[in-house]
Amino acid sequence: MDHLDRLEAESIYILREAYSKFSKIAMLWSIGKDSTVLLWLVKKAFFGHCPFPLIHIDTTYKIPEMIKYRDKLAKEYNLDLIVHINEEALKQGMGPEKGRLVCCKALKTDALQQVINKHKFEALILGIRRDEEGSRSKERFFSLRNEESEWDYTNQPPELWNQFNTDFPKGSHVRVHPLLNWTEIDIWMYIKRENIPVIDLYFAKNGKRYRSLGCAPCTFPVESNATTIDEIIEELKNTKINERAGRAQDQEDAYAMQKLRKEGYM
Amino acid sequence: MGIMTARELLKIVVVGHVDHGKSTIIGRLLYDTKSVPEAAIERVKRICKEKGRPFEYAYLLDALEEEQKQGITIDTTQIKFSTQQRDYLIIDAPGHKEFLKNMISGAANAEAALLVIDAAEGVQEQSKRHAYILSLLGIQKVYVIVNKMDMIDFSEEKFKEIKYEISNFLDRLNVYPLKYIPVSAFLGENITKKSEKMPWYKGESLLEALDLFEKDKELEDKPLRFPIQDVYKFDHRRIIAGKIESGRLKVGDEIKILPEGKVSRIKSIESWPENNKKDMVEAGMSVGVTIEDEFFNKRGEIIVHRDDNTLYISDTFKANLFWLGKRNLVRNKTYKLKLVTQETECEIVSIDKVIDATTLETVENATEVRTNDVAEVTIKTKEKICFDEFKVNPTTGRFVLVDEYDVSGGGIVSGLANLKEEAAKFVKDDNEMVVSCFDEYYYSIPQGIIRKYPKHNRTFKVGDAVPIEGETYSYPESFDIIDLNSKLVAKIRKGRLSDLVNIEQYTYSELPIITADGFYVKVNSIDEFKDFKNELVQLEKKDNFLLTTFANKWYDISKNRSFKFTV
Repeated sequence: MDHLDRLEAESIYILREAYSKFSKIAMLWSIGKDSTVLLWLVKKAFFGHCPFPLIHIDTTYKIPEMIKYRDKLAKEYNLDLIVHINEEALKQGMGPEKGRLVCCKALKTDALQQVINKHKFEALILGIRRDEEGSRSKERFFSLRNEESEWDYTNQPPELWNQFNTDFPKGSHVRVHPLLNWTEIDIWMYIKRENIPVIDLYFAKNGKRYRSLGCAPCTFPVESNATTIDEIIEELKNTKINERAGRAQDQEDAYAMQKLRKEGYM
Repeated sequence: MGIMTARELLKIVVVGHVDHGKSTIIGRLLYDTKSVPEAAIERVKRICKEKGRPFEYAYLLDALEEEQKQGITIDTTQIKFSTQQRDYLIIDAPGHKEFLKNMISGAANAEAALLVIDAAEGVQEQSKRHAYILSLLGIQKVYVIVNKMDMIDFSEEKFKEIKYEISNFLDRLNVYPLKYIPVSAFLGENITKKSEKMPWYKGESLLEALDLFEKDKELEDKPLRFPIQDVYKFDHRRIIAGKIESGRLKVGDEIKILPEGKVSRIKSIESWPENNKKDMVEAGMSVGVTIEDEFFNKRGEIIVHRDDNTLYISDTFKANLFWLGKRNLVRNKTYKLKLVTQETECEIVSIDKVIDATTLETVENATEVRTNDVAEVTIKTKEKICFDEFKVNPTTGRFVLVDEYDVSGGGIVSGLANLKEEAAKFVKDDNEMVVSCFDEYYYSIPQGIIRKYPKHNRTFKVGDAVPIEGETYSYPESFDIIDLNSKLVAKIRKGRLSDLVNIEQYTYSELPIITADGFYVKVNSIDEFKDFKNELVQLEKKDNFLLTTFANKWYDISKNRSFKFTV
């Protein structure tokens, strides 16, 4: 088994563990490369099937190509897709001009909470990775959120030997993170090896490409000439720039992501 | 295509007392191997500036606000770096006392360890505790990093002194470091290249030494352990899914599903997409199979090869465990035990020894195990479960205990427990004799060891038939069984237990005598029996050396016993 085989086996194990332990479970699909790889792993874990619904939190500010791609793939894969929008916040005029962190909280964190409450999900599967940024590096594979979706990262029980915390008090919910140990390069090598379809936005056009996808007003492409997966991998091997450098909300203050995630952000 | 070649990955854990410099060492390794994005360095510099503090390598790891406030690491972080030879995943463990569980979480997945010790302070409380946990987790590949050599003027003498102190202590834990490496992480001495400040040191720099850790022999060479994780019926196929914990499995293999022991054959190995199809799978893979007979299978059962008799099935075993729970671990309380995909309720029936991980003092007959203590316990599960001894197969030899909602402790199986009330035994009136002469012996070819499996754990009363023929033993219809522990002799006549007498009242009956273990005693006359009994009486003192000499003289191993080969 090589490095990618080991990562794949671990993620599949975690997906099956989550599916076996929780009956009300769904997966968050952001259309980005990570959660699309995760979707591929779901189909591997369940032998061509996706036995739970996917959720897309639509802020209505997403890059338009993302929505087109989402609808195309959902049809192709015959996915049970729940699209959720925080209509209430939008009606009251929520948008990035109100402040990036405020907007993220309302249109993403709060929207996520609404969909969890509506469908009474006990567990959500997310494609976050430890190497993305500091607060995500402290995550567990199975991570408890209280009734308000808050994360107490100072008080997490240990995860020993593939034994995850699967017993939880009523009312709380669990975030499951099968991709925690993957790096950005692993993701691209795996996309190449498995020939997984990904959205075009990741490939350079006119000297720029997106390294991380999000809402149009807050996500910026980075300088790049990488037009193929091989070129992306080569670029990543030599870069010293952060993956989320193009995500404006991270740069709001030194601890922006940590604050957002403590409140329940993905 | 260079990009796609698989590089070897070694997981290492860095442990040691708070402030002995773990984070600085890691920060330095990352910085010197250019493994941190410039943006992260810039960000740390910016934060340091905002807070009016000088830049430190340790801050590269401490991305979270609270950590920098307290100057300690909160949780296990995982960071990668690479040398020419391979990739490394560093699991950074915190030194602060209350965060021990994170260290264990990290260390449990590590293949090798660096134990960081401050050259000026020497072995401290957490150095001891962490070293103990390394030994408990079975991590054998350990380097001791003697940090802050600048504080002792890079002195060879002082390095030797501290090395002596450390090795003295580690010896008691059965931890034998492969190397002692003097460094100054803060100044970057002896990290990536040999230090000019320590010409007396002839060994490798830290980075060079890391490349010398050898990876373990892989699990695929051990007997098959395939715990069922789930059974899917999404379409016409009934797929048994799970991770192969050890060994290999291929289409057509004859298998046995434990604990019940139903036998079948592997029909297919399923995969998606179709072009992923494999005929053989091995340890570490998450797979799905179909079998020829559609039994009712469920999560928690373990698939082994049909001729494999080496997996234990029992509801009692001995274990070493560390306890991290919010409440103390106590006897006679119900906990949940998880071992691979098996889950069952369990109780601690005895706390045989509690070890204070700081002083390594042992407390016998303790009534509870406190948070952060390490203990030797006997566990009884509600239902029988399948397991191996940890040293024989680590993946099926370790477990966690859940207290209420939280995984609160982890342990490794040290062996079967022979609880008196569960062993095979003869009773008459107040006399009781525990026997293992009906146990079976199997020689495992891949492991090269003989293991004993109890088959008839029940009580025999006078008049009861006893199993005189087994797979790996055969006794005559009438013989006597002598037990050195209880000093009793059982008389078996025509295949039944006929009497149980004290050795003092026993007279040699001219029938074969075997020991309670099933070994033939070389006694053929009254005189020989007298000699035997005289020597036996002198064995009282429980001297193992004398006992061995005695056994080698009097016992014939092969007369009634043999062993069978197994995987």
